[in-house]
Amino acid sequence: MTRFIERHPAWALITIIAVAVLLWLIFAVWPPGLEQAIGRKRIFLNAVLNGITLGGLYFLVASGFTLIFGLMRNVNLAHGSLYLFGGYVGYAISAATGSWILSFIVAFVAVALVGVLLQIIVFRRMEGQDLRQTMVTIGLSIVFADLMLWAFGGNFYQIETPSWLIGPIALPLVSAVRPSGEMVYLQYPLVRLVIFAASVVIGVAMWLALNRTRVGMIIRAGVDDRDILAATGVQIQLVFVLVFALGAGLAGIAGVVGGTFQSISPGEDTRFLLASLVVVIVGGMGSIPGAALGALIIGLAEQLGSVYIPTYAIVVTFLIMVVVLALRPQGLVARR
Amino acid sequence: MSLVTHDAKVQLRSPAAAPPTVRMWPEINNPAAWAVAVILLIMPLIASKFFLIEIFATTLILGTIALSLMFLAGYGGMVSLMQLTIAGFAGYMVAVFGVSGNVNISLGWPWWLATPVALALATAFGTLGGALAVRTEGIYTIMITLAIGAAFYYFTNQNWAIFNGHTGMNNVATPMFWGVDWRADIPFYYVVLGTAALCYFAVEYISRAPFGLALQGVRDNPRRMAALGFNVNAHRVAAYAFASFVAGLGGVLQVWNYRQISPGSVGVERCIDILIIAVVGGITRAVGPFIGALIFVLLRTFTLDFLVQLGLDGNRFRLLIGLGFLAIVFWSSDGVIGLWEHWRQRGATPRQTGRGGHG
Repeated sequence: MTRFIERHPAWALITIIAVAVLLWLIFAVWPPGLEQAIGRKRIFLNAVLNGITLGGLYFLVASGFTLIFGLMRNVNLAHGSLYLFGGYVGYAISAATGSWILSFIVAFVAVALVGVLLQIIVFRRMEGQDLRQTMVTIGLSIVFADLMLWAFGGNFYQIETPSWLIGPIALPLVSAVRPSGEMVYLQYPLVRLVIFAASVVIGVAMWLALNRTRVGMIIRAGVDDRDILAATGVQIQLVFVLVFALGAGLAGIAGVVGGTFQSISPGEDTRFLLASLVVVIVGGMGSIPGAALGALIIGLAEQLGSVYIPTYAIVVTFLIMVVVLALRPQGLVARR
Repeated sequence: MSLVTHDAKVQLRSPAAAPPTVRMWPEINNPAAWAVAVILLIMPLIASKFFLIEIFATTLILGTIALSLMFLAGYGGMVSLMQLTIAGFAGYMVAVFGVSGNVNISLGWPWWLATPVALALATAFGTLGGALAVRTEGIYTIMITLAIGAAFYYFTNQNWAIFNGHTGMNNVATPMFWGVDWRADIPFYYVVLGTAALCYFAVEYISRAPFGLALQGVRDNPRRMAALGFNVNAHRVAAYAFASFVAGLGGVLQVWNYRQISPGSVGVERCIDILIIAVVGGITRAVGPFIGALIFVLLRTFTLDFLVQLGLDGNRFRLLIGLGFLAIVFWSSDGVIGLWEHWRQRGATPRQTGRGGHG
């Protein structure tokens, strides 16, 4: 961090000012002039919180994508299909048993199994042929999309939120001050906060596992140079299968999350594939912290954009990608 | 198939192996090419109206768009998924600048003004996208171009001021001059055929011109080409510019063909269809995309009836396409052309086995 400030003082200053302005906007009581200029604070706060929680969801999808890409150089364009499949599995389990937690576990296991099968049956046969693997993932995404359309139809499904998470809670954020001087606190859906907290926990756990455990060490070594790693006697194929299973399983969990606070339907696979692509391009390919940062930026940009400039919201997301590519093609938190 | 990925392994082909007479048009001595040309020219006499437009004109249009991808992927080593987006952008621009049913958006320019403007804008759009994509290498190109394509799709869906949201532009006017309605079936077929042939020969020509050879050098070993003094990125961006123009032509024809354009025509699925067409046909030859497009269009048109006749669900067209694509990617690195050449060489002398391209 200090090295970053030393090397890029201007960028560090801009970042610090931007973060400070954002924090002020979130915590301060807005003066009336500001409310007149850009609308009520409650709308802004909701957009920011929606953006942050959406970022959590994007992180879940994109972290699996970036992990698989980082280790295996496999641009898994079927990742969106894995997300959607996880969502459908989660819906089926939740509808059958009524248990929200169980649907997470089953979705993780089922999608991870799909990932294991894909790695063993398909990708192992064409190791080192990046482009061919990518083409295969495109073909698979078409096949999966059509199979899921066949099995589940074109309907929208929503996974039921468990009763103990329904309803809003008051956050210690002032959204407005009544003329009587009474503070109005922001109400926000509890389930979104819980899901966001869970994705933060998952992210931190992944970071710890990658940086503090032996398996994590092996995976990081594989990201840097898988040939040398294989030469040292590590069972690289086993590592590949494990990482693919983990990445796919995370997409499955993300599917259940997405099915809970949005909905699942055909076409969502493409949407989340695009989201993961943009997130990892912005954050830096193959980097977990990069995926977290990228997911946060894209989530915020998407939600704030859709509130303040509705017809150009997607352009904001896209412009962020363009700017990052133009200034730092390897991504914001790139390893190399 | 390892177009993009080769880094240092594939260039071991000795330079002396290339025959010195490559600058000739290969079609001139090929009777099959003449036969195909004659059949295409007299097609209106043979085919019914349905086949002429729905099958052959559509094939040629999709083939032209896929040709632009083949040019980038085959000669430049850059697999761009945004070629259909560029085509769709050109189509939208024709509708926006020309005459369409959406009077409050369309500027109502005559076709001879609107079309070049649309082509120029599409070329600029594709070149900018290309300039963005060449900042990263190889496999990242797919990701970035797919992101551009998807972003454009969502943008057209959201934007009502220019792109008229998800309803898109309807009743796009088609050119009519010299007393001919150029959208009538037979004139339109010849317009499409002429454009496709022009693009085909342009690609063939460029692949043998100094620029194309340098581009292939950049594909095989960018580092060595840079050391030789070639500006690697400039060649790549120029390749994108040319490919964008070709794709833009295809897009203009497509909007004239359907007379409407909507976000559905530029969706991510459509972008991937173009990749499928190029890969199934084969991305080492300019003729590949057209073969791929013919297979694709035939499948798309007749799968429903065929599957229903077999007693299966007729809606599984995309499943079939996906499985066919997977099979091609698995077993032939060079699409249908590769399969055919492989089959032909099985009986022939084995000395030619290395010829199947760089896959």
